[in-house]
Amino acid sequence: MNRVAITGISAICGTGNNLQEVWENLIKGKSGISAIENVDENMWPVRIAGQVKGFQISEDLLELKEQSRYDRFIHFALHCADEALKQSGLLNEKFDPYKVGSILGTGLGGFPFMEATTLTYHERGPRRVSPFFIPSFIPNMATGKISMKWNLRGVNYTVSSACASAAHAIGAGATEIMLGRQDAMVVGGAEAVLTGLPFAGFAAMKALSKRNDDPAKASRPFDRDRDGFVMGEGAGVLILENLEKAKARGAKILAEVVGFGATADAYHITAPHPEGEGTIPCMQQALGMAGVKKEEVEYINAHGTSTPVGDIAETKAIKAVFGEHAKNLDVSSTKSATGHLLGAAGGLESVVCVKALIEGILPPTINLENQDEGCDLNYVPNEAKKRDIRFALNNSFGFGGTNSTTLFKKYED
Amino acid sequence: MEVQDKVIKIVSDATKVDAGNIKGETNFVDDLNLDSLDMVEMMMKMEEEFGVEIPEDKTEELKTINDVTNFLKANAN
Repeated sequence: MNRVAITGISAICGTGNNLQEVWENLIKGKSGISAIENVDENMWPVRIAGQVKGFQISEDLLELKEQSRYDRFIHFALHCADEALKQSGLLNEKFDPYKVGSILGTGLGGFPFMEATTLTYHERGPRRVSPFFIPSFIPNMATGKISMKWNLRGVNYTVSSACASAAHAIGAGATEIMLGRQDAMVVGGAEAVLTGLPFAGFAAMKALSKRNDDPAKASRPFDRDRDGFVMGEGAGVLILENLEKAKARGAKILAEVVGFGATADAYHITAPHPEGEGTIPCMQQALGMAGVKKEEVEYINAHGTSTPVGDIAETKAIKAVFGEHAKNLDVSSTKSATGHLLGAAGGLESVVCVKALIEGILPPTINLENQDEGCDLNYVPNEAKKRDIRFALNNSFGFGGTNSTTLFKKYED
Repeated sequence: MEVQDKVIKIVSDATKVDAGNIKGETNFVDDLNLDSLDMVEMMMKMEEEFGVEIPEDKTEELKTINDVTNFLKANAN
């Protein structure tokens, strides 16, 4: 099977509008969570989120007249695909358009337009529903617009597996390259659903933190006083390439995707399996596929959403997989700073893993003041840590009991 | 505002083409490069602004700014 190189990465989220800003703020331990302003408290039981601020998509990516026709997750996806593609240099030279594709993940798609248009339909009737309504929100329009913008005619589709969407998309994209069906892939995920209805829905499940008066402290994975996750928005995109072909064109290789696992809990619609019967084999699959011994892994970017049950279940699963070596691992949840990007989380956090491999710096879990009893690993509390690492693992788990783990390796010639 | 000026303003807002470059004879498809979805959206905006219903079979005949202006004048309430 072909080796899979990563040659470009990009992210946007509450901590920054491009890769550099996102990374710098993460290693500074700066929170990207803030209050959502100007909303009716009666309609918004939760009013905090990791919002992207001051973002305006470039007219090179979406013409002015098109900008209001596509929901926000599509803007984020195009923005990040552009930054990552530029970094990779992939399109600077001649390429076979049928050998370059895109697979992205999104959990909910264009929910804001769906919500707004539902109101229009009920209040004003079908003749007031825009002909651009369907194209504006369908989940695969992000990959569709990417194909059109850069003339990428290879495999093109979108994965939706709740909060594991982007991670699954990366695995699917890597598979295309391993099998030789594609030479390069734009992968990752995008999500932007910070409107009233998703908040109401997640709040009804009692999944969200209600710390409205202290936003920056609300997302606190593994901390005793955590009370739920904080929604975030954004995207994380990676350019994957056939490693030999990337080398041949003189590309700078950032890291490799060496393994991935995917399982289901087959247990409950929203609660994780308490004994990790889905997540343990998921992590083991990723290691097994790469032929990597568990003792070789140094860093895990955890799913760690800051929910009471989830953080404990993941901790238990990590201990079951790594045994004695678990105490040598550094495990951090950058959701403490970015909030939970839902379907895009695995994209953003994979980008973070790649940066950690390149820079030899592990971003912290912020707001970790009193480690919970059931959470007894090294979570890189509050301050970034210098550590040269060769292997970084990312966990992404989703409602429906779906799990995905991706293993990244530092690039060595 | 004259009907024609209003029509031009709506088209300019939607297409982001400067109003000064839109004339009576400007053709939606040939000059403004609008596709069928753009046209549906444009006609919705005209209906909204002028409170006039434009039947679907009629929209195909409305190819220029003048066509739309004349239709709206003839069917104004």
